[in-house]
Amino acid sequence: MNAWMRFCRSRLALVGLVLVVVLALSAALAPWLAPYDPSRQSLIEKRAKPFGKYVLGADEFGRDILSRVIYGSRVALLVGVLSALIALCGGLLLGMIAGFTGGWVDAVMMRGIEILLAFPYLLLALAIVAAMGPGALNTTIAVGIWGVPAVTRIVRSSVLALRETEYVGAARALGSPAPALLCRHILPNVVPGLIVYATLFMANAILLEAALSFLGLGVQPPTASWGLMVSSGRDVLLVAPHVATVPGVAIMIAVLGFNLVGDGLRDALDPRLKGGG
Amino acid sequence: MPVLLGVIFVVMLTIDLLPGDAVTLMLGEHATKDAVAALREHLGLDKPFVVRYLDYIGQLARGDLGRSIQQNRPVSAELADAWPATFELTIGALLIAAAAGIAAGVASAVWPNSLFDALARLGALFGLSMPIFWTGLVLIVVFSLWLNLLPVGGAGSFTHLILPAVTLALPSVAMIARMTRSAVLDVLREDYVRTARAKGVGEFWVLGRHALRNAFIPILTLIGLQSGQLMGGAVLTETVFAWPGLGRLMVKAIFARDYVLLQGAVLLFALAFVIINLLVDLSYGLLDPRITRQG
Repeated sequence: MNAWMRFCRSRLALVGLVLVVVLALSAALAPWLAPYDPSRQSLIEKRAKPFGKYVLGADEFGRDILSRVIYGSRVALLVGVLSALIALCGGLLLGMIAGFTGGWVDAVMMRGIEILLAFPYLLLALAIVAAMGPGALNTTIAVGIWGVPAVTRIVRSSVLALRETEYVGAARALGSPAPALLCRHILPNVVPGLIVYATLFMANAILLEAALSFLGLGVQPPTASWGLMVSSGRDVLLVAPHVATVPGVAIMIAVLGFNLVGDGLRDALDPRLKGGG
Repeated sequence: MPVLLGVIFVVMLTIDLLPGDAVTLMLGEHATKDAVAALREHLGLDKPFVVRYLDYIGQLARGDLGRSIQQNRPVSAELADAWPATFELTIGALLIAAAAGIAAGVASAVWPNSLFDALARLGALFGLSMPIFWTGLVLIVVFSLWLNLLPVGGAGSFTHLILPAVTLALPSVAMIARMTRSAVLDVLREDYVRTARAKGVGEFWVLGRHALRNAFIPILTLIGLQSGQLMGGAVLTETVFAWPGLGRLMVKAIFARDYVLLQGAVLLFALAFVIINLLVDLSYGLLDPRITRQG
């Protein structure tokens, strides 16, 4: 049975896949799907209740929440995908260098990685954003850098294991230079594990972007970002709870989707690792 | 120790790259060049990075964290004011997470594929996917606004602690429940559990004395790592519930570009994280006599 069929056998993984596809479609088709312009203000209709003229109600400026949630999926996906790319590229490069070179280079690099991992969750990204200033691009970079140490560790440990295999030894004995060895024989074996990690990382990246934006350190207004929408709805929480709570549901659905797909991929690609959860 | 020196280095380096600097923020946009230069010199910002790094380490060795730029109070005093609230919050959350997570995980493992197991696993999936700042707001709406049972925010009494601690604990409850379930399921398949059952030990004792004790090491490791998650989450939870702790202090410091205060706060968080994980490492020896410090 191949990996794809194993993936499809898990109902939860399929649910996740559907959620991710819906998310991607809403990001791609936002201008056609959104019933209103996400930044159109209508002050007489501010904090309009859901299920009236606006399906999900309006926020404190009378902007349509549904349209803003749809446009917000663009920010979430863009930050998620780009930061995952940063984390993967950075981690692959560093992990392959550390794992393949070994010796003091490896020792120094791994000490550095340990230091970065000693930052409690969120604090490293907070420090980076604090240094670079808020904004969508800086948030993406901060989230990406936050992911690099973990990817580096994964890549390094699989490179260390692969380096000792017979086919890599054979390639080396045939005089294959180090870069070719890495690209042709080691990289293809590292990638499947990384795909799983990247999917689960996307879930965390979306959460982290939302958290940074919620604190006012991420994406800046008037861009429609889910975290930012929750944060601005907080001020009117007691009079209009839907303004803050609706965008949070969008975050949860997106994160749930990537978590389910990630779990499904892990079980499908490596049945031995079947997760307990 | 080297890890902490490295943490300081990384924090100072990132803050050093900071574009908008503290000085212009303090003096306003229209400050004269001389005033800016004088203040920079006063704060020691005119010195090269390496010198400042070594100065700061020297200060730390004497137990001096410097003075906060905005309040001009010693950073140690600011941190001392804020940390008890954060400590209370994270310990509360850690207890909830450990108790609820382990209980749910064990129950799931004892009755696998039951209705409870299915519900617990589904709950765990949602727990991991909900942004905690949002969970906090939803809990406020339900328990403060609709049911009018608990205060909206602030600190003071035990009732103030309940909502923030539960909010902060939820993702960790989910993680710990998942881990406990798979760890206990693994242990229940071991030969010694079968032996214990075969010799007529009651199911309760099999679980308590043989299974749980052996399943505890991965669970404890996870709890140690979760403490980092909780500290990061504290920043968000404190913002949502207006909880007067380190997290809020940090966010304020970031907005005020108060790098001295920020450095101190990050350092304290990293120190706490390292100490907790050290305690976890040391406790392995107590749980499993085969593990010695020599490894």
